[in-house]
Amino acid sequence: MKRNVLPGLRLSLGVTLFYVGLIVLLPLAALAVKAASLGPAEYWSIVSSPRSVASYRVTVLAALAATVFNLFFGLALAWVLTRYRFPGRRLVDAMVDLPFALPTAVAGISLTALFSANGWFGSVLGQLGITVAYTPLGIMIAMCFTSLPFIVRTVQPVLEDLDPALEEAAQSLGGSDWTIFRKVILPLLSPALLAGTSLSFARSLGEFGAIIFIAGNQPMKTEITALLIFIRLEEYDYQAAAAIASVLLITAFVMLAITNWMQARALRYTVKG
Amino acid sequence: MKIRLDNVIKTFDTFRAVHGVSLEIESGELVALLGPSGSGKTTILRMVAGLEYADGGHIYFGDQDATDIPVRDRGVGFVFQHYALFPHMTVAENIGFGMSVSKVKRSKAEIAARVAQLLKLVRLEGLGDRFPGQISGGQRQRVALARALAVDPKVLLLDEPFGALDANVRHDLRRWLREIHQELGITTIFVTHDQEEALDLADRVVILKEGRIVQQGTPQAVCRDPKDAFVLKFLGDANRLTGEVRGGRAMAGGAEVAAPGVADGPAEIFARPRDLDWSLQGPGVSATVTRVLDRPGERRVIASAASGEVLEFDVEPEREIAAGEAGFVTLRRAKVFALS
Repeated sequence: MKRNVLPGLRLSLGVTLFYVGLIVLLPLAALAVKAASLGPAEYWSIVSSPRSVASYRVTVLAALAATVFNLFFGLALAWVLTRYRFPGRRLVDAMVDLPFALPTAVAGISLTALFSANGWFGSVLGQLGITVAYTPLGIMIAMCFTSLPFIVRTVQPVLEDLDPALEEAAQSLGGSDWTIFRKVILPLLSPALLAGTSLSFARSLGEFGAIIFIAGNQPMKTEITALLIFIRLEEYDYQAAAAIASVLLITAFVMLAITNWMQARALRYTVKG
Repeated sequence: MKIRLDNVIKTFDTFRAVHGVSLEIESGELVALLGPSGSGKTTILRMVAGLEYADGGHIYFGDQDATDIPVRDRGVGFVFQHYALFPHMTVAENIGFGMSVSKVKRSKAEIAARVAQLLKLVRLEGLGDRFPGQISGGQRQRVALARALAVDPKVLLLDEPFGALDANVRHDLRRWLREIHQELGITTIFVTHDQEEALDLADRVVILKEGRIVQQGTPQAVCRDPKDAFVLKFLGDANRLTGEVRGGRAMAGGAEVAAPGVADGPAEIFARPRDLDWSLQGPGVSATVTRVLDRPGERRVIASAASGEVLEFDVEPEREIAAGEAGFVTLRRAKVFALS
């Protein structure tokens, strides 16, 4: 090994690798082993059963919708928090972290109370013919709530560090506000946006506590994959639970690989040549 | 394009950065705004660009009142101290940016041809595909200049354009900017705190202090006839002696120098390091050498006068002189201002 001036490399590397192995890799390996103990045919029949497929569909679609919504809303929120100075800004800034701090079950119960047929929002939306509680829309809203901080907190520091001279230069070259946003600001934010989006999506895929109260949990309709896994565990069917969980795991891996690749592409310009 | 500033004022919160500055810049002129930090030079430049709005007064481009025209419609090219190149665009895309967002539509081929022409002008042929992070500071600043020139600006404004560069690169770019200006004849204003840069490059130097113009003129005029002690000291190293003027002669501790037109009474005497000399016999300011610094072209002598003032002056490289030697500092030439 090359001599390094910074002290403590071996110790810190050893400790961290040990913990990553113990806390992250070991449970994942156990999951894979459990799922692998099923035969291929059996595995396939569990993961491709109509109820499982329906749960993937509702989970992924709701997570996609929630992520797209958060992409716009989170960007707007980060923009407002960094660009403007208004009374209460610090309060709003602190509130962004609430979904992280709040137990997700508490969030789920409050959302259900708000959106149920006689709740504050639910009663108004009901008159417009929109039902949120116990529908995929409710799942989406719960996912939006729990994953909002990811986009805001990844984009905010990048926006703060953006050199105002870049925008001034673009203005002096005749660019309109929209052109400058589209051609200068957005490309520079895109790596952070991608990172935030993938975290937000991953969180939504795995969210459990906030959703089960508002979802209604009807099999084939509003039953999310995480809940299906939980149900299988309750039935002591550990192999089926592991099989379904492995699908979520693979999805998360594939998605992270894709976003990493996209991020590397968006950051091509930082490569020294 | 002729530019005229008429009694322009700018205040930030409670701090007045620019106090009623009036200035005329002729078409095709290359003007330096020179001053220490906080003198308002950058604020003035940014107001001419439209990056700051003036709180009072008017800015005219030719006969048109440009005071309230937003920067994107003002037709200025602005070069920033830290380049402000778009990091995610190649050099060619950076240069083409102004053309690609312009209301005047150009075809891709037209833009590419103009970009190639500008790359040649700034001597960066072949670097069009690089990203700003892959080229040197001096090259970046040349890209920034090409990008500003691409929109055919009426005025070119440069904010400390060489401030972030190495001394050698700075020197080369200075000469090169002068050549480009000669070639294009575009009205140019640049801001600097480096007096050498201003004197080297500009047709006219405008010296600012605390938001006001102190003096303006050709480099020759401001160097030969500085209006006051501030201008004199700001333009270069100077030794200061206090003395007295009597009948057009200034006297300080045994040294005497002509002071035509200065009223009798106490006075400040300023002399550049080359205007002093060392001699073992008087008349002169009696002093002791404390240090000798050797430099490629001369020897810089630091001596402390009997009256306590520290004097710095240059002698020829061959001169034998050592610390501890006592003698007299003689005055060849000096600028005298009456102390009021």
